[in-house]
Amino acid sequence: MNDITTDQLLDCSGLLCPMPVVKTSQAIKTIEVGQVLEMVATDPGAPLDMEAWARQTGHPLLKQTAGDGEYRFWFRRTK
Amino acid sequence: MTDVGERTFTAPTADTPMEQTSGSDRKRMALVASKGGLDEVFPVLIMATTAAALDWEVGIFCTFYGLDMINEKRMHKLKVSPIGNPAAPPPLKGREMGMPTFLGIIPGMTKMATWMMKGWMSDSKMPDFEEMMAICIDGGVKFYACATTMGVMNVKQEDIMKGATCLGAAAFLDFAADADLALFI
Repeated sequence: MNDITTDQLLDCSGLLCPMPVVKTSQAIKTIEVGQVLEMVATDPGAPLDMEAWARQTGHPLLKQTAGDGEYRFWFRRTK
Repeated sequence: MTDVGERTFTAPTADTPMEQTSGSDRKRMALVASKGGLDEVFPVLIMATTAAALDWEVGIFCTFYGLDMINEKRMHKLKVSPIGNPAAPPPLKGREMGMPTFLGIIPGMTKMATWMMKGWMSDSKMPDFEEMMAICIDGGVKFYACATTMGVMNVKQEDIMKGATCLGAAAFLDFAADADLALFI
């Protein structure tokens, strides 16, 4: 899973629920199907929220990392 | 994002709830918004914007004081009341303010509580009420105005935000009966 290429980066640092989810859903519509959106958040609710967003929308969460209060997510647009 | 300055809402015209029922495999959430305090409409707006971001269909039935959130004469002036709320005021920057709740009756305290809450929200980079409404509308959230409330509170059709549909409990229940999730807030 180290060969994920980010096509677009979305910075949601400092934003609270619902904004990381709202901005991710807006941003995924701006990339092509098959492309990857990388999102950065600091909201401690983000890991569970973004897993739920991926499950509900069907855009798979390819990878996520956490460290230093920062969470990173990679989603592939599927439709 | 939809421009939502004063009185410039441009929500799409809502279909009748019955027409939305057929042929959709999207999840649906039905919300009843019954309260009109600024602090009381935010939970509604957070649930609605999130559900829309999950690609769900969302309908909000605005009833009794909840009608204020789509009443153009009142929606831009929603307030926070410090009276009758034992949890108010919340801790300021993590510190308890230790203010007796009866002080809430002093003239100007509602204005102050409203101003303080807007400040906390803004400091936390939360969108304000107008921005949250715009996110709802852009996400296709449907607003329904309770017909009984309009009658009881003498709210005119032209006072209701453009795009919101006036209907009664039966029509909303028909919409909610096909919902995967229904919440009363």
